[in-house]
This record gives sequence, structure tokens and C-alpha cells, in this order.
Amino acid sequence: MAEKKKIERYNIRISGLGGQGVVTTAHILGAAMDNAGKFASLVPFFGSEKRMAPVEAYVRASTQPIYEVGEVIYPDIIMIYHSQVVTHGKSYTMPFYTGLKPNSLIIINTDRDVLFPEDVEVLKNLNATVVQFDATALALKIAGTELATNMAMMGMVLGLTKLVNIDNIEAAVRERFLGNSFVASGGTAALDSAIEKKFKKKEDLLAKNMEVITATFAMADEVDMSTDETIIQFDV
Amino acid sequence: MSYLDDGRPQPVKKLVDMDYLLNEAPREKHFITGAQAMAEAVKRANVDMAIAYPITPQSEVMHLVGDVFAQGHIKEYYRAEEELGTMSAIAGASRAGVRLFTATSGPGLMRGLEAIVSWSGHRVPAVLGILTRVINAPLSIQPDNIEMAYMMHCGAVMLHAENQQDTFDFTLAAFAIAEKVDVYIPVAVATEGFFVTHAKGYVDMMSEDLGYLDFDSVASPVPAMDNETPPARIQRDAPVQKSNFMSYLIHSVWQQEIWDSNKRAMKYIYQYLGGPIEVQNPEADVFIVASGCAAAQAREAWRYAQEDGLSVGLIKVKAIRPFPADEIRDVVKNAKALIVPEHNIIGWLCKEIKATIPNGGIVVEGPRVYGGMTLPVELIMKEIHDALGLEYDLQL
Repeated sequence: MAEKKKIERYNIRISGLGGQGVVTTAHILGAAMDNAGKFASLVPFFGSEKRMAPVEAYVRASTQPIYEVGEVIYPDIIMIYHSQVVTHGKSYTMPFYTGLKPNSLIIINTDRDVLFPEDVEVLKNLNATVVQFDATALALKIAGTELATNMAMMGMVLGLTKLVNIDNIEAAVRERFLGNSFVASGGTAALDSAIEKKFKKKEDLLAKNMEVITATFAMADEVDMSTDETIIQFDV
Repeated sequence: MSYLDDGRPQPVKKLVDMDYLLNEAPREKHFITGAQAMAEAVKRANVDMAIAYPITPQSEVMHLVGDVFAQGHIKEYYRAEEELGTMSAIAGASRAGVRLFTATSGPGLMRGLEAIVSWSGHRVPAVLGILTRVINAPLSIQPDNIEMAYMMHCGAVMLHAENQQDTFDFTLAAFAIAEKVDVYIPVAVATEGFFVTHAKGYVDMMSEDLGYLDFDSVASPVPAMDNETPPARIQRDAPVQKSNFMSYLIHSVWQQEIWDSNKRAMKYIYQYLGGPIEVQNPEADVFIVASGCAAAQAREAWRYAQEDGLSVGLIKVKAIRPFPADEIRDVVKNAKALIVPEHNIIGWLCKEIKATIPNGGIVVEGPRVYGGMTLPVELIMKEIHDALGLEYDLQL
């Protein structure tokens, strides 16, 4: 019998704080997969909608149709949008790597190494790769606003996994900010108009977002995923 | 046709039989929620009357059916007093010989249950949507399908939808099944709240210009009542008015007839839905047996098992009542283990399966999640590996 090809499948858990665009990222990731002719499903999970409150969103991405529903309990990719998720336990999942599968990827937005030695030990045993970089600083440097942090995080995960190409992402980002087809919640709508005020034209916003994503794609290309190192630290 | 000109649109529809509507009419793909899928089915079912006063927690279904009414696809929408009032009004309205729809969830189902469990005995061929939610204290609004256990013993036909597509198809088929002369009892279509009702999935739907044939009250085994000239005695001779002996006799014969009617629904489940179960890999050693949303999780686990070359099959149970005992017994006759994932703590499906097969010891009790929790595919994979004597580390 011919060897069966494994289904390319990622279960992604995104943890962050309210206002960082966690749920928006999930929607854009889903749309980008759809644009690439692949499959995605997503589940947002948030309590009260307010800034700095814990938020989680879950994305399943695959080359095959997805049947499974509900929260991702056993992720193979974890994205942490705020260091306080790790250091202050601002998360629905404690510790943040609960349920992580072996050989997985963790991306943390932070300006310093936030992992405790005992965490590193667990992650080393799981053969995980942890990429730490200051996505917020990168967003400020390139787009001039920390509201593009989620774009940097999304660029990094897509750059590392090569799930979709840059055109698929651009179409999804365009759809999200120019399509007017989707409102996650009243809070998100208010945040959108705040972002829009920052950029006189939506096209500028789109261009800046894409610049951030392109920059993180370039950073991701430098990463050697076959390395034995558990922690990969970037200076932005 | 327009006996009620109340300013709503009056869509012109081509009325067709259920075989054509469900299995032949061309379809187009839509990306909609489970609640929308149920309302879209109602839109095409040529429903005479929808009745509801949904309490919290709910799905959007009866709200969306209200929109469908406003668009003119339903003749009448009655806002009842509350859930018991809704379910009683369904029984009353059915005496006029009309097609009826309502939907409820968790606590609302419990509140309406007294009336609902009398529908079968009263020969009410209504369709009831059950969008499952937690019913136990403490208060929660999460999906948990324990409420279906309370519905399983009232004589109603029960279908359990895996996803948005099933919700659409099952709801349409339910109207045809309920109204068959040799069935003529209610049909409940259940699916999980939130996981299916609030989530979007792909649904192939036929044009909304098509509708199911009019309700045929002349063909009904229970004569419609003319409420303009009501009969002097509304109730048929009730057993309680007779001698004890007659009371026992009438009631027992009636109950037998209800459950026989329930059994007779099976041939229509074959006709419209291709049978009460779906089987993948019938030669397998280990089967995952699941219904509703748990079947989606089971399907995913089955696919992972296929990739790993494990001898695992899938049985999706579409009909809970009538329960496909013969069908399941036949498929699992050589199986070594049956894994039954469920979204409730009591394991009502597990109990049914154990009672169905001669070697109930091969049934693995679970995995189960409750309180509305997600059912991780990994928990099913763990049971599969255990059943096959293999290691599986959940890495918790």
C-alpha cells in the first residue's frame, strides 16, 4: 500500500488581552486559509468585553475539511499576545502551555525572556520551539501603532508555518478592514473606528498592516525550525 | 390563497413532495449557522403556524423563524405565554389540522415537557426543534444534551443532527415523517446549542421558491376539528371516565399504538435520510458510536485513526427514536470495543447501546463531557488506543 500522506493540520490557541486583536486575528487567519483554498474553523472565547481582560480564540487550519468543533484543548501552536498571560496568569488556560502537543510551536510577544526555568524544562521535554519577539515594538516601529501587534503575531505564525502566502493574507486583511462585512462585537467596532482615526485612509491602514506582516515574514525566514534550541529570541 | 392579507409579502412557491425536495431538487452551498439552517428548513416546509415564547437560554431559531414569518413563508406566528403555554398551544392548534413548528432549549424544554409528552398520545404531528443547553443547577447557558434523555420515553420520533447540514435536512424530513398516516406523532430534531446553533458551517440548500406540499388534513388519521362549529364534546372518551378495567385496556392499547407508530417511522427515516445510522469502515475492530455534535468529534478521531492505520470504524446514530437496534447490532457483531463519546454525564446513548447488543461488556463508557464543555478529539483517541492495547499520552 502506498504511504498515506499525513493531513497538514494545525490546532492553534491564541491567548491575549482584550483590545489586542486576538479574535480579529482568528477571523483573518480563517479568511486567509479560505482564500488559499484550504480549510479553517474558529471559536472565539471571551468573558466580559473589556480592555486587558483575558481573551482566547481558537483556530483550526487544515488542507482537509474540519469536522471538529469547540475550544482547542490540545494545541500544536500557541500564540501569546501579552507577556502578562505568562507572568500574571491572565489566561483561561493555566499554565499557558497546558495540553501542548509534542513538537509544537509557541510564539510569545515580549521584550524579554518570560519563561521560568521549570517551564523551559517542560517545553524542552515536549520538544517545543518557543519564538519570543517584541511584536508590539515592531508594530510601533513600522505601523506607528501598537494596534498592529496582532498583524506582527499573525505574520510570524504564517511565516513559520507557510500555511498561506502573502497574497492570501493581504486579501484577508483587506476583507477584514475594507470589506465592512464583519463585526465581531460592539467593542470591536469601536476599536475599529479608533484604528481608522489613526489612519486617514483605510488604504494606509492596510498598507501599514501589510508592511508589518512582510517584516515578520522576513524574520520568520531566518528561523531554523530544525534547531535543538528550545528558545529563539529576536531583537526588534 | 391570501385569506390573511396583513401586508406581509406572499411568496409564490412551487409545492413539491418531500422526496423531490430533499433528495432531487438542485442545491446551492451556503455558509450559515445551525440556527439559520433550522429556520431555512422551516422556510421551505410550508408551515402553517409557528408558536413560541422562548425562555433563556435559547438559540436564535424562533427569532429567525419570526423573520421567516415576516417574509410570508409561514401563515401564522403565535407568541405564547411561556413554554408550557407554547407546547399546549401546539397541541390545541394541531386539532385544527395544520402544520406546526416550535423550538426550545434546555430549561424551556423542561418547562414545556408536561405538554410535550402528551403530544404523541394526542397524535400531534408537530416538529419540535431542540437546541440543547444545560438544564442542571448551577445556572449555565452552555450546551449539554442531557435534556434529550427526558424526551426519549414519550413516544416522539427523535433525530439528532451532527452539524448544520443535518439540522437543515433532518428538520425538513421531520415534517414529512410526522405527518405520515401510519406515524402521525411528533418528531423532535435535536442538535447541540452553541457548537452547532451558533457556529457556521456549509449547508447545501434547495431554492426557497420550493415548498413542501400543503398539510393534508383529510388524509390525517385524526379528523381536524372545525372550531367554527365545535363538537358538543371536545374530548374523546377518556379512560378515566370508564371502569378501571376499561381504563387499563384503553390506555395500554393506546401506548402500544404510539410506540408502534414510532417504529413505523423507521421506513421513512430510510426513505428520506438514507437510514438511521451512517457506518464508516464496517470491518473495524473498534467502533466509535456517537450522535449529534459528538459524531463530528468522533469523525475527526476516526480520520486520525485511519491515518495511523488503526482498525477503527465510525457509527453515527441519526435516529435516537426509533432506536436503530437491529442496524447497530448487525454492524458491531464482530467488534471488540465500542467507544461512546457524549455531551452529558449520564451517558444515555451508551446505555441504549449496552441494552441493544448481547455483549454489553465491550462498550466503553465514555469519554463524556458535561456542563457544555468541549469534547476533545484527543480523549476519543485515548480510548481508541486503550481499546487496542496501545500507548497514548495525553500530555496533561
